[in-house]
Amino acid sequence: MNSFFERKYVIQGIILIIALTLIARLFYLQIIDDSYLLSANNNVLRKVIEYPARGVILDRNGEILVQNEPVYDLMVIPKEAKNIDTALLCRLIDIDREGFDKRMKKARDHSPYRASIFEKLIPKETFAVLQEHMDKFNGFYTVDRNIRTYPDSVAAQFLGYILEVTEKDIERSKGFYRSGDYIGASGVERSYEELLRGTRGVKNQMVDALNRPQGSFMEGKYDTLAISGEGLVSSLDKELQLLAEKLMRNKLGSVVAIEPSTGEILTYVSSPSYNPNLMVGRERGNNYMKMLNDPYKPMFNRPIQASYPPGSVFKVVAALTAQQAGVINAQTIFNCPGGYRYGRNAIMRCTHVDGPTDLVKSIQKSCNTYYGYVYAHMLDRRGMPSYKAYDLWRDGLMKFGLGHPLGIDLPGEKGGNVFPSDYYTKNFGSNKWTSSYNISQSIGQGQLGITPLQMANIMAIVANRGFYYRPHLIKGIGEEKIVKKEFTEKIWAGVDAKYYEPVIEGMSRAVSSGTAAASKIPGIEMCGKTGTVQNPHGENHAVFFAFAPRENPKIAIAVFVENAGYGGTWAAPIASMLVEKYIKDTITLPKYIQDRVMNAVILPKVKTKEIKPTVKEKKDSTKNSQNNSTPVKQAAAREKNNKNLLVHHSQIRRNYAQ
Amino acid sequence: MHNDKKGFLGKIDWVTICLWLLLCLIGWFNIHAAVYDPENPGLFSMATNYGKQSIYIFTALIIGFSILIIDQRFFISATPFIYVVVTLLLVAVLVVGRNVGGNQAWIPIGSFRLQPSEFGKLATCLLLAYFLNTQTNKVPTMKGLVIGACIVLFPVFLVMLQPDTGSALAFFSLIFVFYREGFVGTKLLIFGGLAILLFVLALLVNQWILIGLIAAVCVVFIFLLGKKRKYLIDIGVIFAVASVYVLSVDFAYENVLQSHQRNRIDIILGKMDDPKGQGYNLNQSKIAIGSGKLFGKGYLQGTQTKYNFVPEQSTDFIFCTVGEEWGFVGCLTLIGIYIFLLLRIIHIAERQRTTFARVYAYGVASILFFHFFINIGMTIGIVPVIGIPLPFISYGGSSLWSFTILLFILLKFDSTRKGLSPN
Repeated sequence: MNSFFERKYVIQGIILIIALTLIARLFYLQIIDDSYLLSANNNVLRKVIEYPARGVILDRNGEILVQNEPVYDLMVIPKEAKNIDTALLCRLIDIDREGFDKRMKKARDHSPYRASIFEKLIPKETFAVLQEHMDKFNGFYTVDRNIRTYPDSVAAQFLGYILEVTEKDIERSKGFYRSGDYIGASGVERSYEELLRGTRGVKNQMVDALNRPQGSFMEGKYDTLAISGEGLVSSLDKELQLLAEKLMRNKLGSVVAIEPSTGEILTYVSSPSYNPNLMVGRERGNNYMKMLNDPYKPMFNRPIQASYPPGSVFKVVAALTAQQAGVINAQTIFNCPGGYRYGRNAIMRCTHVDGPTDLVKSIQKSCNTYYGYVYAHMLDRRGMPSYKAYDLWRDGLMKFGLGHPLGIDLPGEKGGNVFPSDYYTKNFGSNKWTSSYNISQSIGQGQLGITPLQMANIMAIVANRGFYYRPHLIKGIGEEKIVKKEFTEKIWAGVDAKYYEPVIEGMSRAVSSGTAAASKIPGIEMCGKTGTVQNPHGENHAVFFAFAPRENPKIAIAVFVENAGYGGTWAAPIASMLVEKYIKDTITLPKYIQDRVMNAVILPKVKTKEIKPTVKEKKDSTKNSQNNSTPVKQAAAREKNNKNLLVHHSQIRRNYAQ
Repeated sequence: MHNDKKGFLGKIDWVTICLWLLLCLIGWFNIHAAVYDPENPGLFSMATNYGKQSIYIFTALIIGFSILIIDQRFFISATPFIYVVVTLLLVAVLVVGRNVGGNQAWIPIGSFRLQPSEFGKLATCLLLAYFLNTQTNKVPTMKGLVIGACIVLFPVFLVMLQPDTGSALAFFSLIFVFYREGFVGTKLLIFGGLAILLFVLALLVNQWILIGLIAAVCVVFIFLLGKKRKYLIDIGVIFAVASVYVLSVDFAYENVLQSHQRNRIDIILGKMDDPKGQGYNLNQSKIAIGSGKLFGKGYLQGTQTKYNFVPEQSTDFIFCTVGEEWGFVGCLTLIGIYIFLLLRIIHIAERQRTTFARVYAYGVASILFFHFFINIGMTIGIVPVIGIPLPFISYGGSSLWSFTILLFILLKFDSTRKGLSPN
C-alpha cells in the first residue's frame, strides 16, 4: 500500500467541511432569512389595480346628472423609454421639453424599473391621436381612468366634486385609499363617498425580469374584481334645476324646493354656481384657485351654510307657535296704528296703518304690529318670567326645524341660529329682561338665523299641516333604490293641524291680493309669504317662500336673493315661475318678465362679508348691550337708523309696472 | 454471481453509475424547469435546452458505455496523444474560437460548440497519472513535483489566455493529487489555506493594520512556544513572508485582476453593494434560492427562474432552480448525492492497485469537488462568481460529456483493477 494512505482522511475531511459550510449557508438563506422570499415576491408580483367606475347620479326622472368619462393616464417605465421621439410626444400631449425632462426625472427618481405616472388625465380626444403613435414611444403605455363629467353642467354645489386624496385621507381611511385615488370632497360626492366609490380590484400580475407581464399569479386565486360604485337616484328635477339656475344667474342667493309629502329636494341652487366640469381634468387646480378667489364665493354652499334672519316669512312660524301655545287664536285681533310701541320712544313700524287686524289679515298684509303683540304675549304674559317663556318660544322654533341642522345628506350643513335665554340673560346683565329687549325677533330680524333649507322646510311643514320629512337629495341608492331610513321618518313640528288653516288662508290671500300678488299663478292656488331681510351692510335681502297647490301640495319652495331689496320684487316671481313650471310644466308669465328676471344682475358693488349677516349682527348687538345700560333705547335707536327695515309691500307691484 | 460470465460489466461499480445517472436526470428536470415557459408549456421540444440536454444525456450514455467496452490499456497508451491533441485544441481555440461572453472558449463545429478547456482537465488528469505512475515506489522528489506541476500549469496557461479564469482555477484543485501522493506536505496545505485567508483579509482590512495583526499573532506564538532560537527564526521568516504577501496581494488585486473580476470579489466581500449592476446576478441568485424555504415552491413553480430573473439559469446558475423549486430539502439531497459520489470515488481510488488509476481517480475527485464547491458556493454568495458548470447538472454538451468521460474512464480502470496491470 501507498505510504501516504492516511492522507485520504484529510481529503475526505476537507470535502465534508466544505459540504457542511455550503449546507450552513443554505440553511441561513433558506430557513432563517425571510427577506429573500419577500424580495422574490417583489420581483415577480405586480399588483395591478383596477379602478372601479364611480357611481352615476341620476335625477328623479332618470336623467343623468353626473357620469364617468374615460380619460387616460400616460405611464412610463424610465429604463425602457429609450430612443423615443421626444418632440412628437411633447406636441401630442401639449407639454414643452422642460416639462418632459421634469416628468422624466420625477419618474426616474421614483424608480427606473417601475411605472410612474407621466401625465395624468389625458382627455379622450388627445388620447385618440396619441394612441396612433404609441408604438413609437417605447416604455410608455396608457392606463384607463375615469373622470366625472356633467352633461348639463348642472347642480354644482349639490353634486360636489372629487379630489385626489391627501395624506390625511389615506390615514383616516386606514389604508383604503392609495396615493392617486380620488375621494368625494364636497356635496353628494362626499356624503355618499362610501357608496359611490365602489371597490377597487387587484390583479396579481406576474412579470418577468424585463417587467413583461407573464400571466396571473396562482391562476388569479388572489385577484379581486373591481366593483363599480352604486348608482344614486337624486330627488332633483333636472329641468326645474336648470330653470332655477338660469333664473338665479348673476344673483347671490339660494333656491330650495321640497316635495312636502316625501322631503325630497326638487331644486337646490346656490348662486353664483359654477360649471362642475371645471372641477375635473388637468385644469382643475387653476380653476379651483380662481373660484376660491372669486369675491362672490361660488364654493360657498348657501342653501345649507348661509344663515340669514328670515324677515317677515318668520311670521308664519310665529303665528303657528303662538296658536299652539294658546296665546292667540284665529279670532285674536290686535289694533295696528301703524306700528308697535314697545317703549316710551320705541316703535316698530308697519308700513301702513292696518287698523284692527286678525290672524289671516296679519299674514296677508305682513303686519309688524300684530307680531309685536304676539311676541310680547308669548314672552310676557304666560305667568312666568319672560326668560322662561322665551325658552318655550324657542322650543317651538326648534320643533319647527330651526336652530339645528335638519340632517340633510350633504356635508357642512349649518343649523342657523336661535339663541337660548341664557345668551340674553348674560348679555343684558340679568334675567329681568322682557320681549321688548329683543322685539325684532318677533318679525324675524335681530339675532335669528335661518338657512334657506330651513325656510323651505317651514313651507313643507305648513303644506303638510304639521310634519315634515328630513329634506334629502338622494331618494334611491343602487339598483334596489333603497331609501335611507332616516328619510322615511315623519317628524312632528309641534303645532296641531287645526292651527294651520288661518295661516294658510293668510298666505293664500298674500299671493292672490296681498304682498306677493305679483307671483299669482293662474289656475293654481299658491300660498306664500314675502320677506325682506334687513341688511346693515348693503341692500336688503329678498325672500319669498310658498307652497302649492293649497290642497295636496306638490311643492314647497324658498327663494332667497341677497341684496335684491323688496321680497316680492325678485324672489316672488322666481318662485312662482318655478312652481308653475313644476306643476304645469309651463310658464304663463310674459316672456319679457321672465327675461328681465333672468338677465337681472344683482350683485353687491362693495364686497363685504354680507353672506354672514347674522355674525355681524351678533357683534353689533353684543357691543350695543355692553355700551348701553338701557337696551330698550338701544334697540329703538338701532331700528330708527335702519329705515329699510320696514317694507311697504305694495311697492313691489309698482316695480313691476315700471 | 454471474460476474465472470458477464465479463467486464460484472465488476463495474454500479453505485457510481447510479449516482451519475441520478445527477444527469436531476439536471435534466431542472433544466426543464429553468427554461419552462408557462405561457407556452407545449410538449417536448428538441429546440429547447432541455430537449437538447436529453440528446446530450443519451449521447453521454453511449460514450460512457463505449468507454467501458474499450480496453483500458488504450487509455494509458493514448494518454500522451490525448494530451497533445487537447493542447492543440486549446491553442486552436485562441485562433478560431468564438468569443462568447468575453471568453474565447468555444470552437464551433456545425451547430455544436466544443469547449476544449473541459477536455483539458481530462487530458491533464490522464497525463498526471501517466507521469506519476513512472514515479511508483520512489520517494517523492522535487523534480517529480516540478514536472507534475508543469503538466498541470501548461494547460492552465493556455486557458488563461482565452481568458477563462474559472476553468483555469479548476486545474489548481489537482493539488489534492500531489498531496495524496506525498509531493506536497500537510504544512503546505495548511499554509495554502492560510494564504487564501490572508488574501481575503488583505482585501478587506487595511494592509498596515493587517500586518500589525500578523505581528501580534507572531508575538503570541513566541510566548506560547518559548523563546527557542529555532522558533524565533521560523516565526520571523513567516512574519516577513506574510507581510510581503499582504502587500503584494493588494498590488496584484489592483494591477493584475481585471476589473470585472475585481468587482465580483468586491461583491462577495461585501465591499460593494450594487444590486442592479455586477451584484445583480448574485442577488437574484440568492433571492431565488432563499425564497425556496424548506420544501421549495414545487416543480415548475419557481417564479424567479421561470421568469428569467436569474441569469444563466440553465448553465452556471442551475442550482438556483434546485434551491427555489425544491427548497432546503432539495439542496441537502443534491449536496448529499455529490458528497456520496465524491467519497465513493475516493473509496474507488484507494482500492486501485496501480498508481496510475489511483492518481487518476484522485484527479477526478478533485476536479468534481472543485466544480461542486465553487459552483454552488457562487450561487449562494460564499465564493466569487466564477463561470464554471455544476457537473452533470448544468446544461451543455461539452461539460456533460467531458465529466462523463472523466468518470467512466475511472470506472473502466476500476472494473479491471484485479486483472491487468498497466504496461
